[in-house]
Amino acid sequence: MCLDALREIGNIGSGNAASALSCMLSRLVNIQVPKIRILDYNEVSDNFGGPETLMVGLLLSMNGEVNGMMMFLLHKDFAHMTINSLLGSDLQDFSEVGEMELSAIKEVGNIMAASYINAIASLTNLKINITVPDICIDMVGAILSVPAIHYANISDKIIFIENQFDAANESADVQHAQSHVLMIPDVESLNKIMDSLGIGL
Amino acid sequence: MSQTVTVGISDLNVVRAPNVLVTYALGSCVGICLYDPMAKIAGLSHIMLPSSAEMASIKTQVYKFADTAIVALVKKMESMGARTIRMKAKIAGGAQMFAGGGNSSLASIGQRNVAAVKAELARLRIPIIAEDTGKNYGRTLYLDAGDGSMRIKSVNRGEWVW
Repeated sequence: MCLDALREIGNIGSGNAASALSCMLSRLVNIQVPKIRILDYNEVSDNFGGPETLMVGLLLSMNGEVNGMMMFLLHKDFAHMTINSLLGSDLQDFSEVGEMELSAIKEVGNIMAASYINAIASLTNLKINITVPDICIDMVGAILSVPAIHYANISDKIIFIENQFDAANESADVQHAQSHVLMIPDVESLNKIMDSLGIGL
Repeated sequence: MSQTVTVGISDLNVVRAPNVLVTYALGSCVGICLYDPMAKIAGLSHIMLPSSAEMASIKTQVYKFADTAIVALVKKMESMGARTIRMKAKIAGGAQMFAGGGNSSLASIGQRNVAAVKAELARLRIPIIAEDTGKNYGRTLYLDAGDGSMRIKSVNRGEWVW
């Protein structure tokens, strides 16, 4: 029951975020059924192809009536595609990334997070603020160490709602670029969300 | 044939020559390499947080904190025949992955981890002979029990041997 409710939250949030993304990129964006994961830190990065996989991470904090973190993890292809379709450039490699490109990705993260949170806030009737995203391009294990450390104070496990986005390339179905959204509420906020939906934990 | 032993997050391990220890993608966490060159015993610990004292939670996870993990690593190495007096330390990690000033306690966690590791090593009188800490990128760390060398690998920023 609780898991279903969380999954539905993820669904609504990511549905909104995906349509925002689709508008920005003018491409089809598919979303997968969200997964609710309760994982050991060591297992988290295995989901994304091992700790050394190069990814773009965007980190935002949620505060207000719901506290926690949101993280966008973009695979290389997805980040390239986003930058290229927004800026009309032909970037193939991260070593060429400049201020402009970083700023574009951050803005995408900002808009997606805002649409995600907006949907959840109106669903639950809770007031949620988000901060401007911070960006980091590095090994996914190192990126994830940031939320892991934040929650390490509380427990050895981390609970998150994972949404996967697949953006189809213009040239039909050849290239599917993936990105993930992790919403990591703290335990207290999780209870608040459940209460507002009329589900006791 | 040498084996490579992986050390996870908030974990530690000890090997003898010619084996190699590895811990992947240190972000704000710190990797502590201890090496006894006589016994050729190497130990590696991957800590997440500075101190267990400020945590209200259960104390079962001793490998998570700088102040409890390093002592545990030293004990484990001694039980295999290493001597604390001969040990040398090399440390890496403690980066600040996200620049943001939004969450200051989170932003400085790398630095605080490094400071806690240094304080603990000083208390145990183990000298730090090499250090690759801070900055803003992730590191994968290899520790070779054959010669005690610490190899750091990063994404797009190259590789170093300490």
